[in-house]
Amino acid sequence: MIPETGHFALALAVALAFAQAVLPLWGAWRRDARLMQAAPALALGQFLALAVSYAALVWVNVGDDFSVLNVAENSHTLKPLLYKISGSWGNHEGSILLWCLVLAGCGGAVALFGGRLPASLRARVIGVLGATAAGFELFALLESNPFLRIWPPPMDGRDMNPLLQDPGLAIHPPMLYAGYVGFAIPFAFAVAALLEGRVDAAWGRWVRPWTLAAWICLTLGIALGSWWAYYELGWGGFWFWDPVENASLLPWLTGTALLHSAVVVEKRESLKAWTVLLAIGTFSFSLSGTFLVRSGILNSVHSFANDPARGVFILGLLALVIGTSLVLFAVRGAALASTGIFAPISREGGLVLNNILLCSIAAVVVSGTLFPLFADLLFGEKFSVGAPFFNATVLPLAVPVFAAMSVGPMLSWKRARLAPALAKLWWAALGALAAGLIAALHTTALPVLVFAAAAWLVLGAATDIVERIRLFRLPIADSLARLAALKPAVFGAALAHAGLGVSIAGIAGAALAEDAIVLARVGETVQVGGYDFTLERLRDAPGPNYAARVADIRVSRNGHVVTTLSPERRSFPVQRMTTTEAKIRTDGLTDLYVVLGEERDGGAVLRLHHNPFAPWIWIGAAIMAFGGLLSLADRRLRVGAPLRQPRPAGLRTPSEGTPAE
Amino acid sequence: MTRKHRRLAVLLACGLGLGSAAGLTFWALRDSMVFFLPPSEVAAKAPPPGRSFRLGGLVQAGSVVRTSAGSKPVARFVVTDGAGQVTVEYGGILPDLFREGQGVVTLGAMRPDGVFAASEVLAKHDETYMPREVADALKKSGHWNPASGSPPPAALWTAPKSGQAGG
Repeated sequence: MIPETGHFALALAVALAFAQAVLPLWGAWRRDARLMQAAPALALGQFLALAVSYAALVWVNVGDDFSVLNVAENSHTLKPLLYKISGSWGNHEGSILLWCLVLAGCGGAVALFGGRLPASLRARVIGVLGATAAGFELFALLESNPFLRIWPPPMDGRDMNPLLQDPGLAIHPPMLYAGYVGFAIPFAFAVAALLEGRVDAAWGRWVRPWTLAAWICLTLGIALGSWWAYYELGWGGFWFWDPVENASLLPWLTGTALLHSAVVVEKRESLKAWTVLLAIGTFSFSLSGTFLVRSGILNSVHSFANDPARGVFILGLLALVIGTSLVLFAVRGAALASTGIFAPISREGGLVLNNILLCSIAAVVVSGTLFPLFADLLFGEKFSVGAPFFNATVLPLAVPVFAAMSVGPMLSWKRARLAPALAKLWWAALGALAAGLIAALHTTALPVLVFAAAAWLVLGAATDIVERIRLFRLPIADSLARLAALKPAVFGAALAHAGLGVSIAGIAGAALAEDAIVLARVGETVQVGGYDFTLERLRDAPGPNYAARVADIRVSRNGHVVTTLSPERRSFPVQRMTTTEAKIRTDGLTDLYVVLGEERDGGAVLRLHHNPFAPWIWIGAAIMAFGGLLSLADRRLRVGAPLRQPRPAGLRTPSEGTPAE
Repeated sequence: MTRKHRRLAVLLACGLGLGSAAGLTFWALRDSMVFFLPPSEVAAKAPPPGRSFRLGGLVQAGSVVRTSAGSKPVARFVVTDGAGQVTVEYGGILPDLFREGQGVVTLGAMRPDGVFAASEVLAKHDETYMPREVADALKKSGHWNPASGSPPPAALWTAPKSGQAGG
């Protein structure tokens, strides 16, 4: 009965989503208050229905109900409980249902927290979310129903791909989907604004927290994905410029641009049409990111099995959602006139530069990802572009971003002068130079540049705070008082910028990495990166649904034992697959990373890595996400605060004013 | 500064950004396009040694030899599409999903002695899944017609002689 309940709840959600799409939009069009009032209830109802449906899916997974095809194909009685739960989204059908659940959650969130929105705007936002949800839930119901039964049910399931049986990957998809789908809210606001024909500061104030929340989830989701690739795939790399990875990077790039341009809409009532277009573009990238992978158009190591019928349905949906919103933008976008004016050298100017550069990076990533596909379709040429292409195109565009990121926050709104802003950054520049010189002793030109940029970002973010509290120029007590009075959002922005600096230092650290692949006998010692790796013994170890072969490797430095690492090779009998479990020892600064390969001639093939700065990649991402959270905490207070009269453009409250002239 | 000037400045900046993006793209594409070739095409007209490309096909059953050069492990195997074969040498840990008789894509370059020196070996996560380029190459070499159903079990894809297993 449980699977049928889930199936029925899914069908109910589709019906409610269609109602949610039609009634509020019609109500807003006819100015019918009653129909507009129906929006929140429908959104919450749709969310509840989907929650019941998803709970049913988790239930049948946990309960090993192999009469359900999806469970039989992807689960097994011996699979640990955590992976039975995560298995509900570890396959095509389940992941689509999770995607729909998050989208319904977005509608529910706007219904719950959107009480202060103007009635027509709220109705339209919820209506647009409903229309989007209706399409994808229909797809889940018709083309990828996870509740199909089989008869007779097998005695046991086929088990889940062992590579996916990993705690990092258990939480990666929900986080990534929350990020992808979270951009549906700015998208719905953008389309609603086009329907209303109006974008103002209040609109910007509404869009920003939602964008920020999605951005935080996407940042963490991408970081978790690359972390998983780093330790689970056992290749020692963390980013492969794989189409699926690029698909998650694209909405992150445009979402970051959106985050910054929404500030300009909110504070200066400028860049309105551009921000609306960015919101549409970001969600379009999110959609393509999720579904191009599923449709089998992009060929990737991460993609689930592909099926042409699904591909056509999904492409149709994508074309409908993206096409409709772009046509709407073409028709109504011109009405969104900006009122705030600014000089090219100003805070706004800096944010425009940020937007141009981030979108240019997105453009080269799109061309690198899609060009081989088009070349294949149009000319029958089969080729690919890999890391060399992306390094050569992304880096030259990223360096100006890094350079500008520390200067931008020093500029005042409306008009500013460059020289004083640069003068304040003298010690950041000095620090960058020092970092570059130290790096130059160890590595080559490009990593040196990136290390310098990393120091520039971290110190630039510190300068921002130091300037705001006038450290060393006011008595220390006054500075501290100013520090305490600073808004969390200020710290948030500085932390996010510094976090990116930490991340890119970690990425540049790859240039210092050393590795060796050796065939080692028991007792043999190999030296890598100043460490001695000794293969002590090889042994067998049992696991819940696998059997493992383990190598104990003692790592020492200058005769002192640092640690013992035990990488594994796991054989999963049900799926007849072997996975390598890399073992990593990190001290926050460098990683020691060992992989066990096949055994032969009384020895084992080992891959040994010494990866300096590697942990910083993910520490930096966590700092960025934490900065976002701080900012979000600030925003939420503001959104929840009593309505204020909109401030006239050009006036600023003292606390969020410009840095000293 | 007038409204017109401002707009011009913004447009110029946009043009500069997108222009450099386009320029970089084309410049980098020229250097970093990596072509995919099945073994039959390599046999017909091998790319010059040192030019990197991706070679894809099936790992010929019984062809995998694991040796070592000094303490470095080296794997040698033959990649076939039925109409041609290329010997591949790879110094590294073969991926978990690497199997004889199964599809594989390798990245590397020909050596002057006619051996393909691979720097990367990719095998798919899903064991029934055939890399798409490999499937297309097999279709082209007349070994498998996708219209006649799913490919025969990977174990049957061995030396070219037994190629009639495909429809």
